[in-house]
Amino acid sequence: MQPHGYGLRPGRQLDATFAALADPTRRAILARLAAGEASVAELAKPFAMSQPAISKHLKVLERAGLVSRGRDAQRRPRRLEAKPLAEATIWLERYREYWEENYQRLDALLEEMKANQKKGSRTKRKGETR
Amino acid sequence: MSNAVKDVGKLQITTPSDREIAMIRAFDAPRVMVFEAFTKPELIKRWLGVFGKWKFEVCEVDLRVGGKYRYVWSGPDGAKLAMGGVYREIKRPERIVATEQFDDAWYEGNAVDTTVFVEKGGKTTVTTTVLYDSKEIRDNVLKSPMESGVAKSYDKLDEVLASMPAGAAK
Repeated sequence: MQPHGYGLRPGRQLDATFAALADPTRRAILARLAAGEASVAELAKPFAMSQPAISKHLKVLERAGLVSRGRDAQRRPRRLEAKPLAEATIWLERYREYWEENYQRLDALLEEMKANQKKGSRTKRKGETR
Repeated sequence: MSNAVKDVGKLQITTPSDREIAMIRAFDAPRVMVFEAFTKPELIKRWLGVFGKWKFEVCEVDLRVGGKYRYVWSGPDGAKLAMGGVYREIKRPERIVATEQFDDAWYEGNAVDTTVFVEKGGKTTVTTTVLYDSKEIRDNVLKSPMESGVAKSYDKLDEVLASMPAGAAK
Protein backbone atom coordinates (compact mmCIF):
# COMPACT_ATOMS: atom_id res chain seq x y z
CA MET A 1 0.00 0.00 0.00
CA GLN A 2 1.45 3.25 -1.06
CA PRO A 3 0.58 6.86 -0.59
CA HIS A 4 -0.71 8.86 -3.48
CA GLY A 5 1.89 11.15 -4.84
CA TYR A 6 4.60 9.63 -2.75
CA GLY A 7 5.19 7.06 -5.44
CA LEU A 8 7.50 9.40 -7.25
CA ARG A 9 10.87 7.83 -7.03
CA PRO A 10 13.41 9.69 -5.06
CA GLY A 11 16.23 10.75 -7.33
CA ARG A 12 19.99 10.47 -7.27
CA GLN A 13 20.36 13.39 -4.97
CA LEU A 14 18.27 11.66 -2.36
CA ASP A 15 20.42 8.54 -2.62
CA ALA A 16 23.54 10.54 -1.94
CA THR A 17 21.86 12.35 0.92
CA PHE A 18 20.73 9.16 2.63
CA ALA A 19 24.12 7.51 2.18
CA ALA A 20 25.81 10.53 3.69
CA LEU A 21 23.39 10.56 6.61
CA ALA A 22 23.98 6.89 7.40
CA ASP A 23 26.92 7.71 9.63
CA PRO A 24 26.49 9.10 13.17
CA THR A 25 29.64 11.26 12.97
CA ARG A 26 28.38 12.87 9.79
CA ARG A 27 25.03 13.55 11.37
CA ALA A 28 26.79 15.13 14.33
CA ILE A 29 28.85 17.27 11.95
CA LEU A 30 25.65 18.46 10.28
CA ALA A 31 24.08 19.23 13.62
CA ARG A 32 27.15 21.29 14.55
CA LEU A 33 27.09 23.13 11.21
CA ALA A 34 23.43 23.91 11.69
CA ALA A 35 24.59 26.21 14.49
CA GLY A 36 26.91 28.07 12.11
CA GLU A 37 29.94 27.52 9.88
CA ALA A 38 33.08 25.96 11.32
CA SER A 39 36.63 25.04 10.29
CA VAL A 40 37.85 21.44 10.10
CA ALA A 41 39.81 21.95 13.34
CA GLU A 42 36.73 23.29 15.08
CA LEU A 43 34.66 20.40 13.80
CA ALA A 44 37.22 17.81 14.90
CA LYS A 45 37.38 19.12 18.46
CA PRO A 46 34.29 17.47 19.99
CA PHE A 47 35.08 14.13 18.36
CA ALA A 48 37.75 11.69 19.42
CA MET A 49 38.94 11.76 15.85
CA SER A 50 41.85 13.10 13.87
CA GLN A 51 41.42 16.00 11.48
CA PRO A 52 42.07 13.76 8.44
CA ALA A 53 39.32 11.42 9.61
CA ILE A 54 36.94 14.36 9.93
CA SER A 55 38.05 15.60 6.52
CA LYS A 56 37.06 12.25 5.05
CA HIS A 57 33.57 12.58 6.46
CA LEU A 58 33.40 16.14 5.21
CA LYS A 59 34.29 14.97 1.74
CA VAL A 60 31.34 12.58 1.74
CA LEU A 61 29.06 15.36 2.92
CA GLU A 62 30.42 17.74 0.29
CA ARG A 63 29.95 15.21 -2.47
CA ALA A 64 26.35 14.76 -1.37
CA GLY A 65 25.94 18.53 -1.55
CA LEU A 66 25.13 18.79 2.13
CA VAL A 67 28.16 20.85 3.02
CA SER A 68 30.01 23.61 1.15
CA ARG A 69 33.09 25.71 1.77
CA GLY A 70 32.97 29.29 2.91
CA ARG A 71 34.93 32.13 1.37
CA ASP A 72 37.64 32.61 4.01
CA ALA A 73 40.72 31.05 2.33
CA GLN A 74 42.62 30.70 5.61
CA ARG A 75 40.06 28.89 7.75
CA ARG A 76 38.17 27.32 4.88
CA PRO A 77 35.05 27.11 6.99
CA ARG A 78 32.45 24.51 6.11
CA ARG A 79 28.80 25.30 6.11
CA LEU A 80 25.54 23.48 5.89
CA GLU A 81 23.60 23.34 2.64
CA ALA A 82 20.06 23.01 3.83
CA LYS A 83 18.18 22.19 0.66
CA PRO A 84 19.05 18.52 0.03
CA LEU A 85 18.57 17.76 3.69
CA ALA A 86 15.14 19.31 3.64
CA GLU A 87 14.22 17.34 0.53
CA ALA A 88 15.27 14.05 2.10
CA THR A 89 13.27 14.77 5.19
CA ILE A 90 10.21 15.76 3.23
CA TRP A 91 10.31 12.49 1.35
CA LEU A 92 10.61 10.36 4.48
CA GLU A 93 7.99 12.43 6.16
CA ARG A 94 5.52 11.79 3.38
CA TYR A 95 5.75 8.05 3.82
CA ARG A 96 5.27 8.35 7.55
CA GLU A 97 2.58 10.99 7.32
CA TYR A 98 0.61 8.96 4.84
CA TRP A 99 0.39 6.04 7.22
CA GLU A 100 -0.05 8.14 10.30
CA GLU A 101 -3.02 9.84 8.72
CA ASN A 102 -4.53 6.54 7.61
CA TYR A 103 -4.16 5.05 11.05
CA GLN A 104 -5.58 8.10 12.76
CA ARG A 105 -8.68 7.77 10.64
CA LEU A 106 -8.75 4.11 11.61
CA ASP A 107 -8.51 5.08 15.29
CA ALA A 108 -11.59 7.24 14.88
CA LEU A 109 -13.43 4.48 13.05
CA LEU A 110 -12.58 1.95 15.77
CA GLU A 111 -13.88 4.32 18.45
CA GLU A 112 -17.11 4.57 16.53
CA MET A 113 -17.31 0.78 16.19
CA LYS A 114 -16.71 0.34 19.91
CA ALA A 115 -19.44 2.85 20.73
CA ASN A 116 -21.86 1.14 18.36
CA GLN A 117 -21.12 -2.23 19.85
CA LYS A 118 -21.85 -0.95 23.34
CA LYS A 119 -25.10 0.56 22.19
CA GLY A 120 -25.96 -2.63 20.37
CA SER A 121 -25.35 -4.90 23.33
CA ARG A 122 -27.44 -2.61 25.54
CA THR A 123 -30.43 -2.39 23.24
CA LYS A 124 -30.64 -5.99 22.21
CA ARG A 125 -29.76 -7.80 25.37
CA LYS A 126 -31.96 -10.74 24.53
CA GLY A 127 -30.59 -11.49 21.10
CA GLU A 128 -27.06 -12.49 20.22
CA THR A 129 -24.78 -9.63 19.40
CA ARG A 130 -22.83 -10.48 16.36
CA MET B 1 5.47 -6.37 20.81
CA SER B 2 4.54 -5.24 24.30
CA ASN B 3 6.38 -2.03 23.63
CA ALA B 4 4.16 -1.28 20.70
CA VAL B 5 1.09 -2.02 22.76
CA LYS B 6 2.18 0.58 25.26
CA ASP B 7 2.59 3.09 22.48
CA VAL B 8 -0.90 3.21 21.08
CA GLY B 9 -0.92 5.71 18.27
CA LYS B 10 2.79 5.53 17.61
CA LEU B 11 3.85 4.30 14.21
CA GLN B 12 7.07 2.34 13.91
CA ILE B 13 8.72 1.67 10.56
CA THR B 14 11.51 -0.87 10.33
CA THR B 15 13.29 -3.16 7.86
CA PRO B 16 13.27 -6.71 9.26
CA SER B 17 15.30 -8.04 6.33
CA ASP B 18 16.82 -6.60 3.19
CA ARG B 19 13.71 -7.34 1.14
CA GLU B 20 11.16 -6.11 3.64
CA ILE B 21 9.58 -3.03 5.12
CA ALA B 22 7.49 -3.38 8.26
CA MET B 23 5.08 -1.02 9.93
CA ILE B 24 3.94 -1.53 13.47
CA ARG B 25 1.04 0.32 15.06
CA ALA B 26 -1.10 -0.34 18.12
CA PHE B 27 -4.82 0.39 18.24
CA ASP B 28 -7.06 0.79 21.23
CA ALA B 29 -9.59 -1.83 20.12
CA PRO B 30 -10.04 -5.60 20.22
CA ARG B 31 -8.48 -7.65 17.48
CA VAL B 32 -11.75 -8.82 15.92
CA MET B 33 -12.72 -5.21 15.36
CA VAL B 34 -9.40 -4.16 13.88
CA PHE B 35 -9.44 -7.18 11.60
CA GLU B 36 -12.88 -6.15 10.35
CA ALA B 37 -11.68 -2.62 9.68
CA PHE B 38 -8.92 -4.07 7.52
CA THR B 39 -11.07 -6.47 5.55
CA LYS B 40 -14.63 -5.12 5.13
CA PRO B 41 -15.01 -2.76 2.18
CA GLU B 42 -17.51 -0.46 3.91
CA LEU B 43 -14.98 -0.04 6.72
CA ILE B 44 -11.82 0.09 4.57
CA LYS B 45 -13.43 2.92 2.61
CA ARG B 46 -13.59 5.00 5.75
CA TRP B 47 -9.87 5.16 6.43
CA LEU B 48 -7.51 3.80 3.79
CA GLY B 49 -6.02 6.42 1.50
CA VAL B 50 -9.01 8.75 1.62
CA PHE B 51 -7.59 12.14 2.31
CA GLY B 52 -8.02 15.49 0.77
CA LYS B 53 -9.84 14.97 -2.48
CA TRP B 54 -8.89 11.31 -2.75
CA LYS B 55 -11.88 8.97 -2.64
CA PHE B 56 -12.54 5.31 -3.18
CA GLU B 57 -13.97 4.49 -6.54
CA VAL B 58 -13.69 0.72 -6.25
CA CYS B 59 -13.21 -1.22 -3.05
CA GLU B 60 -13.75 -4.92 -3.51
CA VAL B 61 -12.67 -7.70 -1.20
CA ASP B 62 -13.15 -11.42 -1.72
CA LEU B 63 -11.75 -12.60 1.56
CA ARG B 64 -10.78 -16.19 0.96
CA VAL B 65 -7.64 -17.95 -0.12
CA GLY B 66 -7.28 -17.35 -3.85
CA GLY B 67 -9.82 -14.52 -3.67
CA LYS B 68 -8.97 -11.08 -5.03
CA TYR B 69 -9.09 -7.58 -3.67
CA ARG B 70 -9.12 -4.43 -5.71
CA TYR B 71 -8.82 -0.80 -4.67
CA VAL B 72 -9.17 2.17 -6.99
CA TRP B 73 -8.95 5.73 -5.73
CA SER B 74 -9.68 8.87 -7.65
CA GLY B 75 -8.08 12.17 -6.79
CA PRO B 76 -7.98 15.77 -7.90
CA ASP B 77 -7.73 16.58 -11.63
CA GLY B 78 -8.74 13.11 -12.72
CA ALA B 79 -5.83 11.44 -10.97
CA LYS B 80 -6.27 7.75 -10.33
CA LEU B 81 -4.50 5.10 -8.33
CA ALA B 82 -5.34 1.44 -8.68
CA MET B 83 -3.99 -1.65 -7.01
CA GLY B 84 -4.99 -5.13 -6.06
CA GLY B 85 -3.87 -8.63 -5.34
CA VAL B 86 -4.76 -12.14 -4.30
CA TYR B 87 -5.21 -13.51 -0.80
CA ARG B 88 -2.79 -16.30 -0.07
CA GLU B 89 -3.52 -16.96 3.56
CA ILE B 90 -6.31 -15.94 5.90
CA LYS B 91 -6.42 -16.77 9.57
CA ARG B 92 -9.24 -14.76 11.02
CA PRO B 93 -8.68 -12.57 13.01
CA GLU B 94 -4.94 -13.10 13.28
CA ARG B 95 -3.22 -12.99 9.97
CA ILE B 96 -3.63 -12.10 6.32
CA VAL B 97 -1.14 -12.73 3.54
CA ALA B 98 -1.85 -11.16 0.16
CA THR B 99 0.02 -10.14 -2.96
CA GLU B 100 0.13 -6.46 -3.86
CA GLN B 101 0.43 -4.93 -7.29
CA PHE B 102 -0.21 -1.47 -8.63
CA ASP B 103 -1.74 -1.03 -12.09
CA ASP B 104 0.68 1.71 -12.82
CA ALA B 105 3.60 -0.01 -11.18
CA TRP B 106 5.92 2.49 -9.62
CA TYR B 107 8.12 -0.35 -8.50
CA GLU B 108 8.90 -3.43 -10.54
CA GLY B 109 7.69 -6.90 -9.78
CA ASN B 110 5.47 -8.07 -7.00
CA ALA B 111 5.19 -7.59 -3.34
CA VAL B 112 3.61 -9.76 -0.68
CA ASP B 113 1.94 -8.16 2.33
CA THR B 114 1.67 -10.01 5.61
CA THR B 115 -0.55 -8.40 8.22
CA VAL B 116 -0.51 -9.81 11.72
CA PHE B 117 -2.96 -8.79 14.47
CA VAL B 118 -1.94 -9.39 18.08
CA GLU B 119 -4.27 -8.54 20.95
CA LYS B 120 -3.14 -7.80 24.46
CA GLY B 121 -5.18 -6.17 27.18
CA GLY B 122 -7.89 -5.07 24.77
CA LYS B 123 -5.37 -3.34 22.48
CA THR B 124 -4.30 -4.66 19.13
CA THR B 125 -0.91 -4.36 17.55
CA VAL B 126 -0.92 -4.57 13.78
CA THR B 127 2.30 -5.41 11.99
CA THR B 128 2.26 -5.07 8.23
CA THR B 129 5.30 -6.47 6.48
CA VAL B 130 5.81 -5.91 2.78
CA LEU B 131 8.16 -8.37 1.12
CA TYR B 132 9.51 -7.25 -2.25
CA ASP B 133 10.90 -9.46 -5.02
CA SER B 134 14.38 -8.17 -4.46
CA LYS B 135 16.43 -5.95 -2.27
CA GLU B 136 16.80 -3.51 -5.17
CA ILE B 137 13.06 -3.02 -5.37
CA ARG B 138 12.73 -2.63 -1.64
CA ASP B 139 15.48 -0.06 -1.73
CA ASN B 140 13.82 1.70 -4.59
CA VAL B 141 10.70 2.00 -2.51
CA LEU B 142 12.53 3.26 0.50
CA LYS B 143 15.66 4.50 -1.18
CA SER B 144 17.40 2.89 1.78
CA PRO B 145 16.54 5.47 4.38
CA MET B 146 15.57 2.86 6.93
CA GLU B 147 18.41 0.52 6.15
CA SER B 148 20.96 3.25 6.38
CA GLY B 149 19.79 4.13 9.81
CA VAL B 150 18.17 7.37 8.82
CA ALA B 151 14.88 6.30 10.33
CA LYS B 152 16.59 5.78 13.64
CA SER B 153 18.20 9.16 13.41
CA TYR B 154 15.01 10.75 12.24
CA ASP B 155 14.56 12.66 15.46
CA LYS B 156 18.12 13.89 15.20
CA LEU B 157 17.51 15.06 11.68
CA ASP B 158 14.49 16.93 12.97
CA GLU B 159 16.73 18.68 15.44
CA VAL B 160 19.12 19.66 12.69
CA LEU B 161 16.32 21.04 10.60
CA ALA B 162 14.71 22.78 13.52
CA SER B 163 17.91 24.59 14.29
CA MET B 164 18.27 25.85 10.75
CA PRO B 165 17.56 29.50 10.16
CA ALA B 166 14.06 30.04 8.86
CA GLY B 167 13.88 29.94 5.10
CA ALA B 168 17.28 28.26 4.76
CA ALA B 169 15.74 25.30 3.01
CA LYS B 170 14.36 27.34 0.14
